[in-house]
Amino acid sequence: MSKNTLTIDGKPVLFEGGDTIMAAATRAGIYIPHLCHNPEFSPQGKCKLCEVKVNGRNCASCTFPAAEGQTVLNNTRELNETRRTLTQMLFVEGNHLCPGCEKSGNCKLQAVAYSLNMMDLRFPLLYPKREVDASHPDILLVRDRCIYCEMCVRASREVDGKDVFGLSGRGIDNHLVINSASGKLVDSDLQATDKAAQVCPVGAIIVKRHGFEVPIGQRIYDHKQISEVSLEIEMALEKEHHG
Amino acid sequence: MTWSETEQEKILSLVRKHEAKPTQLLQILRDVQEEFHCVPKDAMETIAAELKVSRTTVLAVVEFYSLLSLEQQGRFHILLSDSITDQMLGSRKLMDHLSAKLGVEPGQTRADGLVSLGFTSCTGLCDQGPAGLVNGHWLSRLDGERIDSIVDYVEREIPLDNWPAEFFKVEDNIQSTGLLLESPIENGAALKQAVRNGFDDIFVEINRSGLRGRGGAGFKAAWKWRFCFEGPENSAGLPLAVQTDRYVICNADEGEPGTFKDRILLNSHAHQVFEGMTVCAGVVGAKRGFLYLRGEYLRLRPQLEAVLASRRAKNLLGTSILGRQGFDFEIEIHMGAGAYICGEESALIESLEGKPGMPRVRPPYPIDNGYLGQPTVVNNVETFASVAAIAAYGGAWFASRGTDKSKGSKIISISGDCERPGIYEYDFGVSIAEILLDCGAEHTLGVQVGGPSGGIISNKEYHRKLAFEDLATGGSFMIFDKTRDILEIVRNFTHFFAHESCGFCTPCRVGTTLLKNQVDKFCDGHSGALDLVGMTSLAKFIKSASHCGLGQSAGNPLLGALAHYPDAFKARLKDIDFEPGFDLDESLETARRMSLRDDPMAHLEQEGI
Repeated sequence: MSKNTLTIDGKPVLFEGGDTIMAAATRAGIYIPHLCHNPEFSPQGKCKLCEVKVNGRNCASCTFPAAEGQTVLNNTRELNETRRTLTQMLFVEGNHLCPGCEKSGNCKLQAVAYSLNMMDLRFPLLYPKREVDASHPDILLVRDRCIYCEMCVRASREVDGKDVFGLSGRGIDNHLVINSASGKLVDSDLQATDKAAQVCPVGAIIVKRHGFEVPIGQRIYDHKQISEVSLEIEMALEKEHHG
Repeated sequence: MTWSETEQEKILSLVRKHEAKPTQLLQILRDVQEEFHCVPKDAMETIAAELKVSRTTVLAVVEFYSLLSLEQQGRFHILLSDSITDQMLGSRKLMDHLSAKLGVEPGQTRADGLVSLGFTSCTGLCDQGPAGLVNGHWLSRLDGERIDSIVDYVEREIPLDNWPAEFFKVEDNIQSTGLLLESPIENGAALKQAVRNGFDDIFVEINRSGLRGRGGAGFKAAWKWRFCFEGPENSAGLPLAVQTDRYVICNADEGEPGTFKDRILLNSHAHQVFEGMTVCAGVVGAKRGFLYLRGEYLRLRPQLEAVLASRRAKNLLGTSILGRQGFDFEIEIHMGAGAYICGEESALIESLEGKPGMPRVRPPYPIDNGYLGQPTVVNNVETFASVAAIAAYGGAWFASRGTDKSKGSKIISISGDCERPGIYEYDFGVSIAEILLDCGAEHTLGVQVGGPSGGIISNKEYHRKLAFEDLATGGSFMIFDKTRDILEIVRNFTHFFAHESCGFCTPCRVGTTLLKNQVDKFCDGHSGALDLVGMTSLAKFIKSASHCGLGQSAGNPLLGALAHYPDAFKARLKDIDFEPGFDLDESLETARRMSLRDDPMAHLEQEGI
């Protein structure tokens, strides 16, 4: 396969045919902030955190194809401000009560907020009323925390082969729906060992009876930046899946 | 409702009518909605099973489109347009009247299941409003008296077929004609020319005409067609694969508030529109085409089907068109169901495939990867009507009019404060002042050119011209006189975008709602200077960060009004820097009720404080 080169923040990066900018960056050990991207699933470009400037134009790096000679800007003040604003929007859109959430410290939304130096919510909270689904014996669904990244949707479809989750509703009325006759998790095929039950970046899908096994203060992002953790995991995944 | 075998059989027959194809999902659901006045849960189960798709796939379509509903609606479902021009004509007061007379609130269904009410986005009758829809059919020129009659017909449960025809009467309302409307082609003239001279020659003529897409974006039609004909290429510019299927789609989702020119073209010049599509099919090598008709234009469907049938009978559609071997083309009509976003071409294609209309990630573009992943041309109704005329009369005929960069003419839809609203056709390059003079508009505050996604032009800029190089427009031209409150216009448009945001990307999904709330707070007089700064930066952010044209224009109404009418904003500002986003006194209401008090001392703002 022919090797091509683009630059990210001035640094030359090799890419392969069919690579997105995100894939090329990850392989080269460059972190581009993101919330809806995971190399194991097909990319979708909807959270917009991974937006970079390609030859002066804004593009979602998880979907935009890498091409010879592109000048990509990633870690700039302007782009990080955009990312912070998007993160603030995600916080006010749902009901994210970090101190009482089992995911605190392991939560990617929270970790991204830390890394982008988000100090306030900026916007008024929308306080949506969303349904909790505790029907499943092993899995809890707290829609208050959902950020519509569709990790569970794609994991269930593409990895588990089950198609348990979907998104429905237009605009701000978006919500996570369950593919079962009752619309409840208990009547779906979901099992706690499924990929879909494991990939939620926030505390929306949680496996029951494993609460607070690791004390607050000793969790993933309590001591490490998300850039470091994310690269470590995703460089390996990128190799495994698109190698 | 208990689910009987008869109902189940009805659903199955609707599914069979559409050959149980997943691409027909939206069409099936439209039929179910019409039959049951909702999409019942059991119907969704059956449809999912028959189409072999998941329940969530079906549910996502139902919840995406405004004209589909999970909740039971009335046997008479009446929607009034909430577009700004209808509001200016008194639609909100008419709704109050209608709601009081029928004893049901907007958004609700009356307990006896007879009637339900609601608001809807622009219905495309802005020149003969206030307008609405009853069970999907246009209601025009509503007034108090007409509302009283409607209430009477509803209460007596008289079927729509027996309502007076004048209730549904919609006129073309053509006020002035130009290049296109003055020279309609004879049926088949363009195709005869194409068959005689060959499609290469037709392509040369289209190219020579300089025709640019009439939907507003103005992409050169000939380029789009060439890219589609060539299909996807690799990085060296060589074709990737031999593509067998190509598609031609006519975008008749005319949803931009204030636009209704396609309504007239489809009503009176449908032959010409279909002929333009057929010419395009010949050029790019497509065998199938679609007319994507917005749900609100349901009334036009039967006559459009009749036009298609007559074209088939005359061999202007079908196999070996006009005797030319291998020139086969068929057109199907697909209906939308109330989603403005489906006017965006990739969202429209998603909708045609039976899915929620969410704009796709690009690249790849529809010319490479459109309907069912095949190269697809999507053009506007007016573009195809122009194509047919160009094929018949030649590219030079078309290019002789207009400006250097905007050839030909433009049909515009005029509504709002003027003596003669309706359809006007002008050569590109016409000034705003000239148009205002023609339609009898005086003492104007400004003109919204291109609908909410376009921009406001203040009365100091009427020298500006309609053309892609100055003011590009899909055809919406809404006039506001000096009695209008610019802030209410901003509020209406901002609400519109929040309502129509598809929800795919974060900045538009969350941002349009935040902006709506901030604009409401401002209009209600609760904002300080700091709020204005925040609101402006939010509008700019949504514009720059959003995935598609909807989000990228959602901030335009606010930013445009702020630039042109800063005094109106200053006048509404509170003197203080901070004002809470809610009414403090109102928030004490629960406490007052609980303590059985309503004396002055129980209110926050007392006399003298």
